[in-house]
Amino acid sequence: MPLYRDEGVVLRTYKLGEADRIIVLYTRGRGKVRAVAKGVRRTRSKFGSRLEPGSMVSLQLYEGRNLDIVTQAERTEPLAGLRADLDRYGRATIMLEAIDHVSTEGEANPALYKLLTGALRELDGSGNALVVPAFVTRLLALEGVQPQVDECVACGAAEGLVVLAVHEGGMLCRSCRRGGVAISDEARLALSALVAGRVRQVLESTSAQAGQELELVAARMIEQHIERRLQSSAVIYEQLG
Amino acid sequence: MSAYARPVEVLIDELGRLPGIGPKSAQRIAFHLLKVDTVDARRLADAIVAMKENVTFCERCYNVAEGANCAICTDPARDQSILCVVEEPKDIAALEKTGVFKGVYHVLLGVMNPLEGIGPENLKIRELALRVAAEDITEVILCTNPNLEGEMTAAFIASKVLAPFEVKVSRLASGLPVGGDLEYADELTLGRALEGRHGFS
Ligand SMILES: [Zn+2]
Ligand SMILES: [Zn+2]
Repeated sequence: MPLYRDEGVVLRTYKLGEADRIIVLYTRGRGKVRAVAKGVRRTRSKFGSRLEPGSMVSLQLYEGRNLDIVTQAERTEPLAGLRADLDRYGRATIMLEAIDHVSTEGEANPALYKLLTGALRELDGSGNALVVPAFVTRLLALEGVQPQVDECVACGAAEGLVVLAVHEGGMLCRSCRRGGVAISDEARLALSALVAGRVRQVLESTSAQAGQELELVAARMIEQHIERRLQSSAVIYEQLG
Repeated sequence: MSAYARPVEVLIDELGRLPGIGPKSAQRIAFHLLKVDTVDARRLADAIVAMKENVTFCERCYNVAEGANCAICTDPARDQSILCVVEEPKDIAALEKTGVFKGVYHVLLGVMNPLEGIGPENLKIRELALRVAAEDITEVILCTNPNLEGEMTAAFIASKVLAPFEVKVSRLASGLPVGGDLEYADELTLGRALEGRHGFS
């Protein structure tokens, strides 16, 4: 069937030719989809701002041999908060980039789709700094990876846990510490709660200080998993501060 | 094994690297050039080389220039107190065609794009701050593209770069394209057009 409908989130776009763009989407029904939006860069394009990174859209696409073609796109949620705020959009780009790296074309994953849309909605509404750490923890769990935060990964001690060694998969105690990022007890307990799935509690009761620690740790965790640097985290955390 | 003589193959490859030219167009242009007079082909080649050798970026505004400063920076009729910030030199050409703007420009040579790892330090943003600090500028108009990257860049410049200076900062208005139907406008454009409505004069 050459024509199909789906809904999805725009992960990123690339310029193509004079006025077109390649739109990379994460869809509910087909996982990652790469499609061409013709004429989208013209100021009179019927797509307007609908096919920009972070947009949630309902789509009609024409199945092509290499790339599909977007024939219709309607916004399903305004997400005006993401566009209006640099920090919110910055955090959103980290999630979009992470999904782009872990997803495959033609492989639907409803849990991943729900995670992404839920996290974007939360970020749009509250701008909470803990959204990215919560998103990353859940994403890694879906990928079968969980950091060990309640015991030292080297000796099993439950006390004196001082650094998170991302490359070793969890916390190290004072006597085993080698490398890793020093994190506060509050940040560690919040991460532990995220791993246990108590997301709401963490979003509502974590201090800004611990939130900031966890944002940096979350970026390292996802980078460790995809085995490369995130372009966006370098820009967001080092430049926007 | 290649289908064409080696020099033709090389030219097709080179043309195919140009923006907006696919393999088919590259082939068509190469075979066209094969047929034209040597003089005409040489004129094209010379024009490309002359441009590369003689045109640089203006030291003040990063517009394309012949020499140290561009034609706009050196024009005594331009108002040096109003600065328009654009992404690329080609945006200057578009704005100049309106005939409405009489000030000077600052070209960022790109736009912030976190997904491609492009941050403020990759653009001429520091240079913009230095200009605003050193020159007698009273107004800065942020004319980046009305898309997400352009808006983010404008927001960054307004809130984190120009805030300490006593300059008026404005953004290009967004509204409906003239000559179109309302029902085809996307909701963001229509919403902005409503917010930016103005009375009949
Ligand atoms: Zn230990
Ligand atoms: Zn100049």
